[in-house]
Amino acid sequence: MTYENVKKEPLVRIAKRPELPKKKAILVRISSIFVALLLGGLLILALGYNPALVYADIIKGSILSSTALKSTIKIAVPLLGAALAIAPAFKMKFWNCGAEGQITIGAIVATYFALFQVDNLPSPVLFIVAFAAAAIAGGLWGLIPAFFKARWGSNETLFTLMLNYIAIGFVKYLRVGPWMDKGQMFPKIPMFDKAARLPEVFGIHIGWIIVLALVIFIYIYMTRTKHGYEIAVVGESVSTARYSGMNVKKIIMRTMFLSGAIAGIVGWMMVCGTNYTLSDTTANGYGFTAIVVAWLSKLNPFTMVAISAFLAVLQKGSNTIQTNFGIPASASEVLTGLILLCMLGSEFFINYRFVFRKKTVGGDK
Amino acid sequence: MDTFLNFVVASVLAATPLLFGTLGEILTEKSGHLNLGVEGMMFMGGVAGLAGTYYYEQAISEPNKFVAAFIGVFCAFLCAMFGALIYSFLTITLRANQNVTGLALTTFGTGFGNFFGEILGTAAGGYVSVGTVIKAAFDEGIPVLKDIPIIGKLLFGYNFMVYAAVALAILLSWFLSKTKTGLNLRAVGESPATADAAGIPVTLYKYVATCIGGGICGLGGLYIVMNSANGTGGVWVHNSISGYGWLAVAIVIFATWNPIKAIVCSLVIGSLSILPYYYPISFIPSAIYEIFPYLATVAVLIMIIFRKKKNNLPPASLGLAYFREER
Repeated sequence: MTYENVKKEPLVRIAKRPELPKKKAILVRISSIFVALLLGGLLILALGYNPALVYADIIKGSILSSTALKSTIKIAVPLLGAALAIAPAFKMKFWNCGAEGQITIGAIVATYFALFQVDNLPSPVLFIVAFAAAAIAGGLWGLIPAFFKARWGSNETLFTLMLNYIAIGFVKYLRVGPWMDKGQMFPKIPMFDKAARLPEVFGIHIGWIIVLALVIFIYIYMTRTKHGYEIAVVGESVSTARYSGMNVKKIIMRTMFLSGAIAGIVGWMMVCGTNYTLSDTTANGYGFTAIVVAWLSKLNPFTMVAISAFLAVLQKGSNTIQTNFGIPASASEVLTGLILLCMLGSEFFINYRFVFRKKTVGGDK
Repeated sequence: MDTFLNFVVASVLAATPLLFGTLGEILTEKSGHLNLGVEGMMFMGGVAGLAGTYYYEQAISEPNKFVAAFIGVFCAFLCAMFGALIYSFLTITLRANQNVTGLALTTFGTGFGNFFGEILGTAAGGYVSVGTVIKAAFDEGIPVLKDIPIIGKLLFGYNFMVYAAVALAILLSWFLSKTKTGLNLRAVGESPATADAAGIPVTLYKYVATCIGGGICGLGGLYIVMNSANGTGGVWVHNSISGYGWLAVAIVIFATWNPIKAIVCSLVIGSLSILPYYYPISFIPSAIYEIFPYLATVAVLIMIIFRKKKNNLPPASLGLAYFREER
């Protein structure tokens, strides 16, 4: 670029920066979290509370006792699972906002087995059958928008979102209709029999082992397999993928089936491991928060473990500050949103740099 | 006949918040920015409008309904605009990914709305609720005219926001097709590099369109919170706005970025959302009936594939960041 016709160079201009060393990039991201917490602290201060005390209470209420820690992990496990589900789709730049619905569909199918097949099958078989059925159902639910996207290029963001409301609407129907617990005052779906509840390891349902296994699976799948490579190419450029002879439609559908299947597994562990029943809030917003987790961790499964743990601490801690300070639990959503917004902003400082006007007249050429 | 009349009236009332969201998003998308934070901005607008009218009512012994309406609209617009400003700063200046930034804004805005809604409630001792005068400001139709039989109910019985939404749609359509600024804005959305070369201040256009668009979305949130026929009637209900914002984003596609068509499309989706209360079908359980608007939206998303015409396409640069130095 030349400046021959420009009398004066602008005071500040923006230029792409050569890749920032990894350590510095991580530092920028971590400091953006601190900026977000600082902004949140200002908000707490404005409401007339001491931010230091409130933050300390969040930590205390989420990890400092074994019961609190257990319930924090129970939040982190499905969150991590849902984030792992979203990762392959996002890598492909397929904006799967439908994890919430895919979780719900998996949960519905798992509930069917837990309620109606519990007498016919021994527990271990029941778990495996329900697990597989939930995964397939979630996968198929994810396949619907993928099919239309792959074939005709429909908008997947809205499609997946609408499917969320449809899946949740269906649960509401089951709750007042065929699956209603007749003995209750309010319409609800019955609690599962003991035989249909997942066993616990260290006081937490076995879902956590499955999710940790999935972390390793997704890492290997995304970085060490042909499928993972194809996903990355489609995400970068559909044309490149097509020119090199990849079957883009197949890749999109296959990846979304996998994405939905993992979400379906999360649904299975929510009903069989945590809630022991199905309700319209079974997915509990995890499908949406998972988008945040996946994006913040740059789709790296190991980073997701840390981020989902961090957000679980915020979520659990917010319940504590509601009891102790009377600050609404929605504070965790506000903080999560702030953190995400700050981290999105911080990417700029990793990719670009400011070039200030040189003091010498005329500028550099 | 009476049921049908009531059904039409209810449809219009249900369509209005969707129309606000749709119009705001059309203006935003015309600048080339896909803001998926409509729902978040609706939450922000809704809670700010409620707070504004509530504190106005508390401060003054005899609240005036015109002032109350103005304060509600003003606060909702401003707060939602603030949400849009965050989005604009991140996507226009800092070039963040528009999809994710929009989703982040939804998370933030939903939390913001629920958080301050509950703070307001706690401060008011239990739950926050506005008085009859202010409720009337957001519910009442046009005096005298509304008492004409049938026509009065059908045409003049709505609250001022319904008329405002329709007027806004017409205004936006005129702005986008007949004014120089509007055409410039469309140029920015189609090809920012060309617009830049032609001397149009691209960044300014993008900022202004996104922020005003966000403000308009906020009015949809205000409507849901304040209107009692199709909302909560001046009370904050946790997650009350949930779902509307996404429907609005979908209606933008349904209406093919055309503000006039948006009136019809939001009416269709709005009427579907209240259909079960007026025309229950015996063999369809009401819980299934309630997902019809979402099913319809899915159908629209599929349908739209098959009618791709030159006039139906989204702005060419929608979703792409513009970086002058990379031309």
